[in-house]
Amino acid sequence: MRFGLIMSEVAGGLRRNISMVVSVVLVTFISLTFVGAAILLQAQIGQMKGYWYDRAQVAVYFCTSASEIGNCNLTEATDEQKDAVEDQLASPALASLINDYEFESHEQAYDRYVEQFSDSEFSDFVSPEFLNEAFWVNLNDPTQSDALVESLSGLAGVEEVQDQRRYLDPIFAALNAASYTAIGIASLMLVAAVLLIATTIRLSAFSRRRELGIMRLVGASNRFIQTPFILEGVISALIGSVLAALAVIAIVRFFVIDYLGSTLQTTTAYIGITEALLVAPVLLVIGALLAAASAGVAINRYLKV
Amino acid sequence: MIRFDEVSKLYAGTARPALNAVTLEILKGEFVFLVGASGSGKSSFLRLVLKEENPSKGRIHVLGNDLSRLSHRKVPFFRRNLGVVFQDFRLLPQKDVFANVAFSLEVIGKSKGFIQEAVPDVLKMVGLAGKASRLPHELSGGEQQRVAIARAIVNRPAILLADEPTGNLDPLTSAGIMTLLERISLSGTTVIMATHDAGIVDQMQRRVIELVSGQVVRDERQGGYQTQAVPTLGETVDGTVSNPVTKGAAQ
Repeated sequence: MRFGLIMSEVAGGLRRNISMVVSVVLVTFISLTFVGAAILLQAQIGQMKGYWYDRAQVAVYFCTSASEIGNCNLTEATDEQKDAVEDQLASPALASLINDYEFESHEQAYDRYVEQFSDSEFSDFVSPEFLNEAFWVNLNDPTQSDALVESLSGLAGVEEVQDQRRYLDPIFAALNAASYTAIGIASLMLVAAVLLIATTIRLSAFSRRRELGIMRLVGASNRFIQTPFILEGVISALIGSVLAALAVIAIVRFFVIDYLGSTLQTTTAYIGITEALLVAPVLLVIGALLAAASAGVAINRYLKV
Repeated sequence: MIRFDEVSKLYAGTARPALNAVTLEILKGEFVFLVGASGSGKSSFLRLVLKEENPSKGRIHVLGNDLSRLSHRKVPFFRRNLGVVFQDFRLLPQKDVFANVAFSLEVIGKSKGFIQEAVPDVLKMVGLAGKASRLPHELSGGEQQRVAIARAIVNRPAILLADEPTGNLDPLTSAGIMTLLERISLSGTTVIMATHDAGIVDQMQRRVIELVSGQVVRDERQGGYQTQAVPTLGETVDGTVSNPVTKGAAQ
């Protein structure tokens, strides 16, 4: 009985204010889509970090006869120098940080070079002795590369100790900036959504002020009076949230998995539908809570005794 | 039933109080006229009884509740014991007579069965038995006021507050409304009616409380609209006797 009455009040309110309700739906839809995109972008950054940091190695390049930089003096690194570096890698201080390492000779470096740049014309001019011999080191914790760089760069015959992770940092910085931008836009839009919901509810209450006055006079409880208005706000916001959740899932499904996945598939790992499905309920909850709060504040003014 | 103890009401931004140290008591089943010029504090008095406003000073007890201690959440439940009627009826224009009366029961959670029984009963009592499906604009002013009264009493309140209920009606129609209010009073409901209608007050010969500038200047049993006896307010100053009516009732 009362439930039916409340729901019919809600339906009446939504119908009366249809244009405001549509704008609430659209604004929550857009703002929560941005929120979802920002969350997914962070998830994607996490994925990429995991993927790349696992593969990022520290390279200890040895001098070649053509190199002048680092500790090199146009002389090839000697076997003793290489052994000294290997001793360091095996020393207790570094061994605990290192998962494994392998030596790459001139020939191996050349093979890899030819494989990677096979379509480049320069490969014809490169000969094995120009390419550095190197130790490729996999660390247990990729963030601890500094210790390696510090202890090995000074050794004789070492041209450079290079942490590959450094190449990735600008990419992550750019992605981070993008996700913060999305969050910034999202929060502005959410402020607009909250204000719009409050205005809508106030309009709705104003158009029903006669009923509200009589309800208060005959002693309808505050909760009974509030509920239809709060539900009105929550329902319109939830429609927007559902659209946003669907949009986020669609973005992952069609843009990330289909488009990015097929064009750049081998380069990195991507977020999947699982992440999108985790974000969807978050959006629904944010939408419902914001709407309930702002509608509640808006209608409270009409309940002052 | 209703007791005011030195109640003053000062609205923000005004220097002169709407009610000034009003002390009075209204007993169960009494029929009380509240008279006085516009702005003398009649409406403020009714709003204070309803707890639509809080007094600036003093205490108000209604139906055993100390209104200053009544929590915000309990006010709606308190109001279910009071019926209110206004000069401008305040009906919902898009609802018919039955729905207008039923609305006040629906919103306090009464069952459908109860509503189906109580509403026709009360409509019969106020003399609108055949007009349940009319819309308010299809009714005369007197009939609209009867709907408003039906809505106010359908939940059998202990107190009925009426703020100039005949203010918009012609004398004959007013007389009909007064007969109805009298009948309601006879069934045990306390009726408090603010009015300017001298004819009605003189004819009914009920308790009259006259307010001037927020002060009670007269409180007579079986009084008329105009002062007929010398006010006996002097007795209230020492606080031993609140007013002549309760003194009379005590005897």
